[in-house]
Amino acid sequence: MVWLLHVRKLTTSSLLRNAVPVAVVNPRRKQLWADTIYKTNPIDPAEPTFKKILIANRGEIAVRVIRSARKMGIKTVAVYSTADSGAMHVEMADEAVWIGESAASQSYLVMDKILDAVKQTGAEAVHPGYGFLSENANFVKKLEDMKVKFMGPPAVAIHGMGDKLESKRLAIKAGVNTVPGFDGEIRDEDHCLEISKSIGYPVMIKASAGGGGKGMRIAHNDKEAVEGFRLSKNEAKASFGDDRILIEKFVVKPRHIEIQILCDSHGNGVYLNERECSIQRRNQKVIEEAPSPFVDPELRKAMGNQALDLAKAIGYTSAGTVEFLVDNKKNFYFLEMNTRLQVEHPISECITGVDLVAEMIRVAYGHKLKFSQADIPINGWALELRVYAEDPTRNFGTPSTGRLFKYVEPRGEGIRCDSGVREGSEISVYYDPMICKLVSYGATRNEAIARGKYALDSYVIQGVSHNISLLRDILTEKSYVAGDTDTDYLPRVYPKGFTIPKLSESHMDNLKAVAAALEASRYLRLKVKESSWDFVVSDQENATAVNISKLENGFLINVEGREITLPTWDMGKSTVNLDIDGETFILQIHGRGRNGPIWTIGFQGSSYDFKLLSPYAQTLLDIMPQPKLGDTAKELLSPMPGVVRSVVVKVGDKVFKGQEVCTIEAMKMQNKLVAGADGIIGEVNIKEGDSVADEDVLITLK
Amino acid sequence: MMSTTFLLKQCVRRYCLGARQTLAVQDRIRDKREQANLGGGVKRIETQHKKGKLTARERAHVLCDPGTFTEFDMFMEHTCADFNMEKEKYPGDSVVTGKGLINGKLTYIFSQDFTVFGGSLSSVHAKKVCKIMDQAMLVGAPVIGLNDSGGARIQEGVESLAGYADIFQRNVEASGVVPQISLIMGPCAGGAVYSPALTDFTFMVKNTSYLFITGPDVVKSVTNEDVTQEQLGGSKTHTTLSGVAHKAFENDIDALLNIRDLMSFLPSSNREGAPIIEAVDPWDRDVPVLDGVVPLESTQAYDMGDVILGVVDDREFFEIMPAYAKNIKIGFGRMNGRTVGIVGNQPKVAAGCLDINASVKGARFVRFCDAFNIPIITFVDVPGFLPGTAQEYGGIIRHGAKLLYAFAEATVPKITIITRKAYGGAYDVMSSKHLRGDVNYAWPTAEVAVMGAKGAVSILYRGQTDVKKYEDEYVDKFGNPFPAAIRGYVDDIIEPRATRRRICQDLDALANKKLTNPWKKHGNIPL
Repeated sequence: MVWLLHVRKLTTSSLLRNAVPVAVVNPRRKQLWADTIYKTNPIDPAEPTFKKILIANRGEIAVRVIRSARKMGIKTVAVYSTADSGAMHVEMADEAVWIGESAASQSYLVMDKILDAVKQTGAEAVHPGYGFLSENANFVKKLEDMKVKFMGPPAVAIHGMGDKLESKRLAIKAGVNTVPGFDGEIRDEDHCLEISKSIGYPVMIKASAGGGGKGMRIAHNDKEAVEGFRLSKNEAKASFGDDRILIEKFVVKPRHIEIQILCDSHGNGVYLNERECSIQRRNQKVIEEAPSPFVDPELRKAMGNQALDLAKAIGYTSAGTVEFLVDNKKNFYFLEMNTRLQVEHPISECITGVDLVAEMIRVAYGHKLKFSQADIPINGWALELRVYAEDPTRNFGTPSTGRLFKYVEPRGEGIRCDSGVREGSEISVYYDPMICKLVSYGATRNEAIARGKYALDSYVIQGVSHNISLLRDILTEKSYVAGDTDTDYLPRVYPKGFTIPKLSESHMDNLKAVAAALEASRYLRLKVKESSWDFVVSDQENATAVNISKLENGFLINVEGREITLPTWDMGKSTVNLDIDGETFILQIHGRGRNGPIWTIGFQGSSYDFKLLSPYAQTLLDIMPQPKLGDTAKELLSPMPGVVRSVVVKVGDKVFKGQEVCTIEAMKMQNKLVAGADGIIGEVNIKEGDSVADEDVLITLK
Repeated sequence: MMSTTFLLKQCVRRYCLGARQTLAVQDRIRDKREQANLGGGVKRIETQHKKGKLTARERAHVLCDPGTFTEFDMFMEHTCADFNMEKEKYPGDSVVTGKGLINGKLTYIFSQDFTVFGGSLSSVHAKKVCKIMDQAMLVGAPVIGLNDSGGARIQEGVESLAGYADIFQRNVEASGVVPQISLIMGPCAGGAVYSPALTDFTFMVKNTSYLFITGPDVVKSVTNEDVTQEQLGGSKTHTTLSGVAHKAFENDIDALLNIRDLMSFLPSSNREGAPIIEAVDPWDRDVPVLDGVVPLESTQAYDMGDVILGVVDDREFFEIMPAYAKNIKIGFGRMNGRTVGIVGNQPKVAAGCLDINASVKGARFVRFCDAFNIPIITFVDVPGFLPGTAQEYGGIIRHGAKLLYAFAEATVPKITIITRKAYGGAYDVMSSKHLRGDVNYAWPTAEVAVMGAKGAVSILYRGQTDVKKYEDEYVDKFGNPFPAAIRGYVDDIIEPRATRRRICQDLDALANKKLTNPWKKHGNIPL
């Protein structure tokens, strides 16, 4: 079968024709901090390497690979789907090949299209990134047949590690510690129950082909086991096209610690220390760090050596990660091996100074590693904060889609942003909702945390919801700061789910002062004669009397007796750093709403609305009728745009609060929706396969 | 001697009497003022408040900058002597009139007082309203009417009707001279509805305001229809179905504050240019988000609102009629501080086609902008006029012509951006070069053609089998901005991200545009 492929040489005229923005690459762009970290084995321009490689991926990881390839003087080929035709990775690459419609199953997951793109462009090697085809042994086999190099391990190693059952057997054989569990595939729900009971709850139900938390569920009882089996099976099928499921003992209060390894094809291998990735939600990582505050040199060495033993046993080459669960007594168990570059590789790069992508390219070309275990340092501390397009207050993150109409990444010493988006990019339903991997680095853990907070505060993201408020809150949370984390961290610290943290009164007052300054500035721009105003500034809860007077170069603001002086600032900028009472406030001015005098100010990752009334209008506010609220518990709204995967109730069914009624799939995650109250199903507006928009009424109760 | 003493005595007496008299008058003035301020009395004020409504004076004060509302004619009283009316008089009668500042700008205001005879219109009420309207015209300042009235003062008979007509006449004379805004904050029924209808913008307050010619009772007796007040003339009806009102707000305060915002976009009269304020949003910034707004699939919808918000200063856009004829978007924004009127087809709704309602909505807005020297920015993505019997029988030809007329007649700066489709007659209508568009741009995604490929091929190649080939040919030929650009019908093909910068530059260049239509008494727009 011949695919119709369209190769684009990226020239201005073709860009105009295709209505894709012209890449604006500023040659005098200041060097970013992230470009300065690779000190352990700097790129040797004289070393022979590939002339052209293809990156079989999208988004930030494609961008990441292109960056290193460029530095090595290698030409790059990007592949893209319809939705990605204006994407950053497409523009950065020297060539780009269209490989199909937006859905990954029609583009990034279609092997033949990628192989054709390789043939057509004459790429000598393929970097798979993570996800998609990165751990598909079949794909690697086909490349090997084509005599095209794969920047990853050999097919046989992928095959061995890709299957959880097989990998466990191999690990045991290599002398690696493993978790107790059932050594086989689960046939059906009954079988699932039987096995779960025999291992003893809690158990982990997961896709054999799985990874990245997809198709993974924890069950504490029979009911959850059946539910988890069904959901995991569906998810596994949707994500990997392979619905085999297995079950194992769920280690309680474990830490998730993984070892980064790097091997060449000459039998050399090193471990690049550990990463702790305990902070997860629904088995997807949120914050990772390297090194782990829990690991001592002895444990590090033991885990590192076992990881290398496994790699050697399976003939592993390239970069890979061996994941372990570590209990509070520092026992560690093999979890799985990821035979690819991990999402969180940058933090290992920061502390070791090794460019993992460059090394993967070198190893694939056939070069030997130029360093040995003794050359791998641990310099400083690095955190990776995964910034997702999602609402963290709903189930620690429900995907949000939209276009980034304002987007400014933080910069500075010790701050690295790995992203595949920029202002104007769309976060669509088709792919993972990750916006950026924000890495903060410091000499110490505390410095890394402080820089992380600063970076989060100055990160401007408008157009989608984001989880910065959650990330920011974790960085200030006591047990996190103490390094006391486990994979149950989020539900433990936020038992009722995450809610936007309440600001102290004085912080709230400061924001109100800023809101008053914004409104006063607006009046001044409208050329009113006054130079002093009285406002009553209200947040969700409190109304505060504020007097503001224009000064020569700023404002004198009286907030209920407290005087604050603010300078005038460039209000055209999206962020402003203001010093109030000796404290620096990084504020984001989101603008004045479309419904009268309401200013929205972003602070510490959350947005706050402030309504400004004259004191006179404020006194009349009580007369206004309260807005009528609909009975939301009776209506089940779609929490996000997605596709209906199943509807398990019909009109007239009696349901209880919390009972599952339907499942919505968005961004490859199956989201179980439950009834908000006891009642009888009145309307079912959806059927399997329907596309639904955010806030659509799906099911109503009588 | 005698006479001197007499005169002296007279003087002293008169002096004492004068002082007493003056004091008494002062007391009376104070009493009357206090009485006027209480309108129909404390009890009626409480009732008004219980309904969630502010009083006439409270409204005027909230609308104006603090402390700037000054009242006229607080002492005028009705003159009716029938039906025992002479025994019940309230100083100021049933309307509060005056002037104040809104964002520092002089504005004339009348606010009907429901607590006095249900806000009914007496001859005195009308005189008060006419007085401030006359003065507003004289000095060139906007008039805002806050309507809350049960209707005509039945006791006054024809005098009340005459009063309405006096107001109507002034509404018409002021039309296009000073901006006139109506805010319906209670009932407004019968003949009274025609004053708001004649003004430039009519707004309503949700749940508490009604506009209808005849109430539900009369409707029942004449047509036997059962209908509630809300269904017949509530804010939802008028902002979504009839198009009588331009926007509805949650409550009185919300409505008044929003009107304050609207006023910041408007000039005081047709003698002024569009207001310019100091801008903080950089006029020359790139807007990368616009590059991706138009989907690659030309059949896919997108939100023209994203384009508008991307282009205007600070993403501030005061939308007019957001809930009516949603296939066209209209409203005010600023570009580098200067007020502009924005008209845009909305591909998200009915593919952005022009139908009767959209045409009328657009036409009236364009004419407002033209009357008040506000430049018009038009974003075009229009597949044509909506076909069908409903439209033809409804007179789409007549109504579509209104929009055409309005754009053609307008002499203010006109800048047009074709974002995607500009098909058929609708292309001509939407502020095209041929209707004296000053600057017309096309985005790279623009397609200017008589019709879409499918339709065109079915006519051009009737009976041919290889439809796909011809369609591709057609798309290749017309599915791009070149046919229009090589003829100069668009001045340039611009990158979407540069749109804001280009418009701001063009507005500067066009700031001194002088264009006048041939002298006439008035044109004959196809009403």
